[in-house]
Amino acid sequence: MTAAAPEPKANMGKPLSRYDAVSKVTGRATYASDMPLANPAYAFLVTSAIAKGRVDGFDLDDARAVRGVIDIVTHENAPKLKESKLFSNGGYAGTTIQPLKSPDIAHDGQIIAVVIAESYEAAREAANRVKVRYTIAAPSATFDSPGTTTAAAKGQNAQFKEDPKVGDFAGAFEAAEIQLTASYDTPTQHHNPMELFTTSCAWIGDDLVIYEPSQYVYGLKNGVAEQLGIDAGKVRVVNPYVGGGFGSRGSMTPRTAIIAGIARRLNRPVKLVATRDQGFTITTYRAETRHEIKLGASRDGRLVALRHEGAELSSRADAYCVGGTKTTTRLYACPNVDSLVSIVRADRNTPGFMRSPPEVPYLFALESAMDELAVKLNMDPVELRRVNDTTNEPIGGKPYTSRSLMACFDEAAKAFGWAQRSPQPKSMAEGDWLIGYGCAATCYPTQMGPAAARVRLQRDGRTRVEIAGHEIGTGAYTVIAQTAAERLGVPLEKVAVFMGDSDLPPAPVAGGSNSTASTCSAVMMVCDQIRQRLFKAVMPDSLTDKAKETVGIGQAPTTQAAKSDRPLDLEKAFDTLGVGVVEEYGEWKPEGAPLDSFRAMHSGHVRLVGGHQMKDKIAYAFGAEFVEVRVNRFTHEIRCPRLVGAFAAGRIMNPRTARSQLMGGLIWGMSSALLEATEIDERNARYVNDNLADYLVPVNADVAGVEVILLSEQDDHINPAGAKGLGELANVGTNAAICNALYHATGQRIRKLPVRLENIEV
Amino acid sequence: MRPFLYQRATDPDMAVQALSAAAAANNPLTQATTQPLAGGTTLIDLMKLDVMRPTAIVDINPLAQGWSAISPDGENLRLGALAKMSDVAAHDEIQRNYPVIANSLKLAASAQLRNMATLGGNVMQRTRCSYFRDVSYENCNKRKPGSGCAAMDGVNRMHAVLGISDQCIATYPGDFAQALIALDATVEIMGKSGSRSMPFAELHKVPGHSPDVETALQPGELISAFTVSGRWPRSVYLKARDRQSYEFALSSAAIALDLQDDTIRDARVALGGVATVPWRAREAETLLKGQKFDDGLAQRAADAAFADARGRRHNSFKIALGKRVVARALQQAVAMEI
Repeated sequence: MTAAAPEPKANMGKPLSRYDAVSKVTGRATYASDMPLANPAYAFLVTSAIAKGRVDGFDLDDARAVRGVIDIVTHENAPKLKESKLFSNGGYAGTTIQPLKSPDIAHDGQIIAVVIAESYEAAREAANRVKVRYTIAAPSATFDSPGTTTAAAKGQNAQFKEDPKVGDFAGAFEAAEIQLTASYDTPTQHHNPMELFTTSCAWIGDDLVIYEPSQYVYGLKNGVAEQLGIDAGKVRVVNPYVGGGFGSRGSMTPRTAIIAGIARRLNRPVKLVATRDQGFTITTYRAETRHEIKLGASRDGRLVALRHEGAELSSRADAYCVGGTKTTTRLYACPNVDSLVSIVRADRNTPGFMRSPPEVPYLFALESAMDELAVKLNMDPVELRRVNDTTNEPIGGKPYTSRSLMACFDEAAKAFGWAQRSPQPKSMAEGDWLIGYGCAATCYPTQMGPAAARVRLQRDGRTRVEIAGHEIGTGAYTVIAQTAAERLGVPLEKVAVFMGDSDLPPAPVAGGSNSTASTCSAVMMVCDQIRQRLFKAVMPDSLTDKAKETVGIGQAPTTQAAKSDRPLDLEKAFDTLGVGVVEEYGEWKPEGAPLDSFRAMHSGHVRLVGGHQMKDKIAYAFGAEFVEVRVNRFTHEIRCPRLVGAFAAGRIMNPRTARSQLMGGLIWGMSSALLEATEIDERNARYVNDNLADYLVPVNADVAGVEVILLSEQDDHINPAGAKGLGELANVGTNAAICNALYHATGQRIRKLPVRLENIEV
Repeated sequence: MRPFLYQRATDPDMAVQALSAAAAANNPLTQATTQPLAGGTTLIDLMKLDVMRPTAIVDINPLAQGWSAISPDGENLRLGALAKMSDVAAHDEIQRNYPVIANSLKLAASAQLRNMATLGGNVMQRTRCSYFRDVSYENCNKRKPGSGCAAMDGVNRMHAVLGISDQCIATYPGDFAQALIALDATVEIMGKSGSRSMPFAELHKVPGHSPDVETALQPGELISAFTVSGRWPRSVYLKARDRQSYEFALSSAAIALDLQDDTIRDARVALGGVATVPWRAREAETLLKGQKFDDGLAQRAADAAFADARGRRHNSFKIALGKRVVARALQQAVAMEI
């Protein structure tokens, strides 16, 4: 075993190499824009240079004169498309701002024309030659800009149902022995997945094939069909590999139906590869947020009052919000809780999911405030968490299905060497560098959604698993193949997995960290259907139950009994049945899923359950993160040489892929705390650093040491796979852990992200 | 990117001919319709962004055989303009006798870029100002003379505090040039009427009223080499930046000292990341020369270096940062074991 392939502990699968490792390393893995097209035309977008106003006219002569230009599509001649509702209102779209429908401009970088040409280069050159005449209106850029409007999230966003509260916050805060009030800010961020935002559309008669990196092929298929006004059965979305998602490809963007409409009109495949900077405005992003936290505590550290007020930015058109108070009001024992989330509207593109959408900004605020409270109490911040640890969430009193928060703190503290910390700020240094240690809790709701799978088993053990899941780099192929191999007792190398195709049985959006739990639970169920058929064939009815015991049907593969599993004699079973292939299809839904779940699943609507929304329980994965920061006394440069995280997330399907995701999360968390921010020119509401040279993410030299500790945890109350999602677990706590460490290093409390050297006053 | 003619230079004369042929007398080099291509790490970027629109490219890489020598002769140094950044940074004698050069190169860009980029191209690299690099902004005096400056009251955290004008605050982004200007390097230039040389300090032009004029080079001229007199083993390059690698300086200092006992016989101070051009802080040098070194002197020199600095909304921090960087770099240079 190596660091990359940790030794599995109890209730962990094997740390197998990735199913797609060789394909990816050798470049054989085909991404959406790698798909061969017959004689495609190339599209290049022209986007608006203003954030608010209208297009008065175009001068296209120069552009049309470029050799190879086929057409230039603007609002004057664009294919007519039907409107699409926002995903949170029962639609598919990440924005209701529909470009090319009118001359109106609602945000910076809105698509205002599409140049179609015989080559990418000609399309790009012509796009550069398009001249646009605008009427410019003064836009509102962000918080505090003139012209923004603010209103409570409740009532304008259908998915934000309540501002959690319990007890008498005001009275308890007033009476608290220790009081803390603090405000926190988080910046605009963009996902910048490595793979650009591409769309290729090819019509074969009345049937449309879309090659596009998507985290939800069923949503995209149904959404585009709706916009085009055609039967969803005519649309197929294909993307066997996605070069990073992080939420940016979870909902439909306007570009897809536009390209599909142009391809239909041209009667020719059309390929769009949007540029990096266009990706900042034609998709979604993490909007800036503001928070005020009030904590009241007794002298022994017990929380008696907690209030979290959050404000989030959204577009004029859409009331997107993440509403992380659902988590922060339930994390610690506290009898008196209040909260409020507001949405501030500005002239911006509509924000959307970005890795751990609610938890990243909201836990930054809460976990920073907890550290501030620990300082006020003169208490070890780990002990403050221990004093306030709870088995039941305080709002509804529901029990956590499992909660290993303090075990994570203890394991991570030990590995990190927390005991060596001298608690006084500015008390640790080496050479030019001040040293700070900090920690924070991390958590993410355990979610799952209805999923279907088809599994085909041959006499020689070869197995084909079909499910419209998504490989966004997480290891989805690997854990699904592993699940099928274990369940059917066939060698892993005989299992082929097919995903990323909306012609396959539906799976939920690859978002909310639900994929492993949902897809593996469905695959397990269907594999069991196959086993039952086979056992029925080889066993007399009276012996079936006994047989189940010895070969493991119906048992979780983690239990002791499963160790006695022995492979079924497949050849005998097939010969008895007299068939060459056994194939089963099945639809799985989690406990508590709504009645319309399966219908919704086929029509591309997400029905995730879990987190705090379960009936009699609440399910979260937990972790604890410890970081070491170093601040240069002279330059004030900030570096983070060590990140240590311990995580408990139910069954770990594959410690290798799990570690990789958690490691990526820790690094992203550090990036978010110290580097990432989209700069907005407030005069014109435009994103300025819309490229990877200016939008900073860490390079290898910034990541000296990352340690991921996987804790053994068993949870039988969540899903058949027993897995809690962990893709969005690790990047939640890091922001606060780093700011807490910076306080320790410098004595300065920084409440606004990202922290840069000019914010340090040593 | 727009279509362009690609030509491959077979010898220096042919390159100079090709570059001069279409040169309009009044156009500054940045607007010349024929541009030389060396490593391509700036030019190709800017062409893709539609910021530079040359109609012809002259690939001068075939001249590398004659123009890429790294020649320290023990007393003086000559660096061919087509030497790769990585080769110079890794050269033993450069590391030993000119650490400020080796480190300014090593701390620049990424390994991949350093393997491609040449010294000549490096000193000629253009600003990273976001408004300059995005043609959808109307106002850029460097790109479109007379159109205004979007950065002046825009997002300007990365912008310059020295050498600025009311027309332009774009930062000169490089590192190596600070080492050259500190060491009083000379630049050798090849042109239509033969070769000439000038002090490196005269190569770059502050923006003043014409930010589009960035250097003293005329269309048709090529840098062939840099020379440095003497050895400067007591020299450092200190670079403060947002991340540990592959990032431009928020502030940097190139320092070279001639120290006898505790007394500074000669001092060279150049600043990066804070100025519109490679910046020599001669006021600081004057203060240092002939003095016994102590931390107070370092502080006074740093203050002098930034006496004329003027910050805007997001970049004022660079003044205090720059002073600390200069003071620290001086301390490091003094502490060097030679």
